[in-house]
Amino acid sequence: MGGWAIAVHGGAGVDPNLPAHRQEEAKKLLTHCLEIGISALRSNLPAIDIVELVVRELETDPLFNSGRGSALTAKGTVEMEASIMDGTKRRCGAVSGVTTVKNPISLARLVMEKSPHSYLAFSGAEEFAREQGVETVENEYFITEENVGMLKLAKEANSILFDYRIPNPIESCSAGAAATDSPLQMNGLPISLYAPETVGCVVVDSEGRCAAATSTGGLVNKMTGRIGDSPIIGAGTYACDLCGVSCTGEGEAIIRGTLAREVAAVMEYKGLNLQQAVDFVIKEKLDQGFAGLIAVSKNGEVTCGFNTNGMFRGCATENGFMDVGIWN
Amino acid sequence: MGWAIALHGGAGDIPRSLPPERRIPREAALRHCLDIGVVALKANKHPLDVVELVVRELENIPNYNAGRGSVLTTAGTVEMEACIMDGKTKKCGAVSGLTTVVNPISLARLVMEKTSHIYLAFDGAEAFAREQGVETVDPSHFITQENIERLNQAKEANRVQIDYTQPIQKEVKAETHIADGDSQIGTVGCVAVDNHGNLATATSTGGLVNKMVGRIGDTPIIGSGTYANRLCAVSATGKGEEIIRGTVARDVAALMEFKGLSLKEAAAYVVEESTPKGNVGLVAVSATGEVTMAFNTTGMFRACATEDGYTEIGIWPSPQT
Repeated sequence: MGGWAIAVHGGAGVDPNLPAHRQEEAKKLLTHCLEIGISALRSNLPAIDIVELVVRELETDPLFNSGRGSALTAKGTVEMEASIMDGTKRRCGAVSGVTTVKNPISLARLVMEKSPHSYLAFSGAEEFAREQGVETVENEYFITEENVGMLKLAKEANSILFDYRIPNPIESCSAGAAATDSPLQMNGLPISLYAPETVGCVVVDSEGRCAAATSTGGLVNKMTGRIGDSPIIGAGTYACDLCGVSCTGEGEAIIRGTLAREVAAVMEYKGLNLQQAVDFVIKEKLDQGFAGLIAVSKNGEVTCGFNTNGMFRGCATENGFMDVGIWN
Repeated sequence: MGWAIALHGGAGDIPRSLPPERRIPREAALRHCLDIGVVALKANKHPLDVVELVVRELENIPNYNAGRGSVLTTAGTVEMEACIMDGKTKKCGAVSGLTTVVNPISLARLVMEKTSHIYLAFDGAEAFAREQGVETVDPSHFITQENIERLNQAKEANRVQIDYTQPIQKEVKAETHIADGDSQIGTVGCVAVDNHGNLATATSTGGLVNKMVGRIGDTPIIGSGTYANRLCAVSATGKGEEIIRGTVARDVAALMEFKGLSLKEAAAYVVEESTPKGNVGLVAVSATGEVTMAFNTTGMFRACATEDGYTEIGIWPSPQT
């Protein structure tokens, strides 16, 4: 076998003008999460445990768009979703519409292991959380000032936005303005208003077992009840014997492209290796959409791919390789 | 080439002993829905319109597990979900957790056409329904006596049932007429292709008998219960959890695309090799007008027709030719 490998992400699509201190903050968090994962790998924890604990860390930290620090719905509330998949036997669990559960990814895991189902949502998910005794808090706990600011901007621009860490000057958000100073656009909007920060982790452990986990607050100003790609097995998250994949970016494009499953399918049915599969999928399966993903293979390979302007990510392998980055 | 259409009313453990009074109305419904679909295709309606109108019809028929006649959650309520997808554009729409919307598939279509999202659920989906002015009714409209019986059976057996599961045999309990081998209802779906290679799929369901409140199955999951691209359109039925982990609908298309299998070969591979026996069925059409209906369960309520005159309506496996 090729040894263990791990990758984490904090979202694809980054404002090229992101201030240096914000870039440092992000890289620091990604490094910290990698280190937690690496330590767990060295303790021989199975891949499924590791993706969960790393994503928990990302949810707890308010920096990216998951758990605390999630983007706000049109009503100013937080609705979180997550999914997890264990490559061995392809067991999976997902949740949506979670409003009080401190760590949605752990609830997704409980759905996988303690319920007869694969996916629970809204009041049913919340009820299950109480039955399971997971840690719950008030919805306000998840709301940060930055995200309140983002929602305000989004409403002023009257558009659906991905999370964006740096509030933009008001003049760029004049209602109805589709034009932008920046030449870069995503989802039809100026990139300065667009920086999705779903989080995710993929791991292959020393036994060659793959797992994947993804968690998010979703789109800024989303309609209540909107579900994106993160809890959709085969879209935002997928793992099987061959690989583990977690995606981020335009949810609609990831769903239409069944992106995470696609990587595994071309490996399985076309015999591509991990890098070829990821390159193929990013190039051919996104149509007009923008997204990124991280992936590991059972052979200990790890890679990422994205057609966005940047993706917050980090990866490490057993032979000492480690890299944390934002740009191409 | 030519048009083709296939529809299903669910796969599962449908016993051959199904009494005529249970079987005949369901067969008649399949025939009726097939006719509606064929008429629409002959009138050059776009497959997206065809699959929507066929599934609306199936939702309105209380014998099938969608819309009226949906199976009940553990709380005795109805939570419906549906999904629609257009092959050429891969535009799609899905809804879950509906309680008052008469035709979930039409709401799924509105999500696809009137929002920038793909998937709306529960309160948010219901609120959207009201904004759009779709027909809504009191939740009791969807609940049938048969389904109350099924829920009671399942609770007694203390399990969640794929709706075709045979009722649990109790030692000397005389089964009521309704309970006699009668869990035979299922998810509904329709796939269609026209003369121009336009493809579409639509699936709709009430889910599993005695499911947990908030449980989402495969139906609204693009790539699992529902999928269409330029090659084919697929609608699956059976045990949702297995269909999800098997990404069934996408896999049929992926096998065609990446391994060069034909529609029939791809569908057969998925139900015979990739998913556990007794759990999955599907209907599919290809851009070139082929149709297939495959299942690894005892039976699947199904019907199909092609432009060159082939028609099939069935429940159990057809005799091998």
